Amino acid sequence: MSLLALSNITIRYGRLTAVRNVAFNLIEGEILFITGPNGAGKSSLLRAIAGVTPPSSGRIDFGGQDITGRTPEDIARMGVSMVPEGREVFGSLTIQENLMVGTGMHAREGNWRSRAAAELEAVYETFPILKERRHSQAGLLSGGQQQMLVIGRALMTNPRLIAIDEPSLGLAPNITDQVYERLIALRRHRALTLLIVEQSSTRAQMVGGRMILMRGGEVLLDGDARAMGQSEAMQAAYFGYGDH
Amino acid sequence: MQTLFDALSLGSLYALGALGIALIFGVMRLVNFAHGDVISFSVFALLWPSTDAVALVFAGDLPWFLLIPFVLLMGAGLSVLCELIIFRRFRGANPATMMIASFALGFVIRYFLLMLFSSRPKSISLLPALSQPVEILGARIPLLQVITIVATIAILFALTAFLKRTRFGLEMRAAAENFTMARMLGVRANRVIMGAFALSGALAAAIGLILASQTGTADIQMGGAVMLMAFIATVIGGLGSLPGAVLAGFLLGAASVVMQTLLPIDARPFRDAFVYGAVILVLIFRPQGLIAAPGTKERV
Repeated sequence: MSLLALSNITIRYGRLTAVRNVAFNLIEGEILFITGPNGAGKSSLLRAIAGVTPPSSGRIDFGGQDITGRTPEDIARMGVSMVPEGREVFGSLTIQENLMVGTGMHAREGNWRSRAAAELEAVYETFPILKERRHSQAGLLSGGQQQMLVIGRALMTNPRLIAIDEPSLGLAPNITDQVYERLIALRRHRALTLLIVEQSSTRAQMVGGRMILMRGGEVLLDGDARAMGQSEAMQAAYFGYGDH
Repeated sequence: MQTLFDALSLGSLYALGALGIALIFGVMRLVNFAHGDVISFSVFALLWPSTDAVALVFAGDLPWFLLIPFVLLMGAGLSVLCELIIFRRFRGANPATMMIASFALGFVIRYFLLMLFSSRPKSISLLPALSQPVEILGARIPLLQVITIVATIAILFALTAFLKRTRFGLEMRAAAENFTMARMLGVRANRVIMGAFALSGALAAAIGLILASQTGTADIQMGGAVMLMAFIATVIGGLGSLPGAVLAGFLLGAASVVMQTLLPIDARPFRDAFVYGAVILVLIFRPQGLIAAPGTKERV
């Protein structure tokens, strides 16, 4: 069934329309890349899903419930975990503290402390470097380590959907490879649904899965990432020739 | 010896005040100018409304183990009420707008007290046993000063433990650094902000209690002077930085007391001018404050 459903989403900032009439469904367990050039409205879309900037019109459903206009904390508590652009680690907190922030949402449930501890071990197993440095300040980590930290932090909330904005931003290509390797492995281990925003479509074509191509706030293409390949429409989206 | 204790106890007041301001600034980028009036309010909460010179005591005669929680609750309660009624509506507003709202709120509280109690300072004797002097290393120190310093240190330790060791403390620190990110991890904005206001109000009440016992008067202006110094301490300490606020609070207290004893007699009336001069010097060399706060990023 569809885990996330966007219908007719329009996002305006003042007189500027960042996203126009976007609609798509995301099936549980699916991996979806949203790609497109700068200013396509990808990040705005993510921020709308996370409840940070609600859409001006349209409707967002998650897990069969209308979440349009709900607060970010409510949406997070329903199982949407955001990894925003620029990573946003809590620099003055230690790595372990960063990881623990999101576990508080389960505090009402009986055995949350032991579950959080188990979750923490699992994250450390995936990212051993985080365990090694767990008591140092997160602000001191390198870009790649910070990216691992925020993915780990998102996992700690035990989400159904992880939405990541530009995981490769500012990372060396081999570090990006590592990050993706872990992401794909994680997705295999848990029934995770992934929504990944990237500017370039090469990564999507390498990893495979579904891809939505956006430009100027609208969806141009929606389909299998590999099949889309170097299609003419894709070239047009990035380089802007054709009848736009 | 006497000077040291004077410096520490004055510094304690400034440090507690600065903490109260820094806590709220940390989570919502609000410089709360109503903080000083929460201090006055929590003292007047002990009295029946009247315009007489001698206070009509309402809860002030309670034994100390009831009196202290009562005053702290009053401060915390008013502070939380301010957040619920006023500041919640300014969430996400421009910091200048919020600051002006807090100014206005401060006036409302002050004039509310003025209406009920008149502007005349009232004599009030809180915990009279505390004005007795004790002898420490040959100096006779008022017991109250000793208690003020000990209590402040205890509060600082308790607050640190709360922030470092509890889940709510962790959420508060995360929210202070990056509020939007904390919310995206399920941290409830309203609860964190209300918690900060409650803590800040309780700190204000503690100041009120100390001031009222020290001076033996309740005055609707009493919070103002502390508030100004405390605000300066938060700025010198690095706005939003809690350790910075405490450090700068103690430094300011020390500077005031030291100048009081060291300045030539003729210059003493201008002590505050010298203190502010020192403040300007500090800010010229460290405009970000002594300890720059994390999360100085603009929030979304």
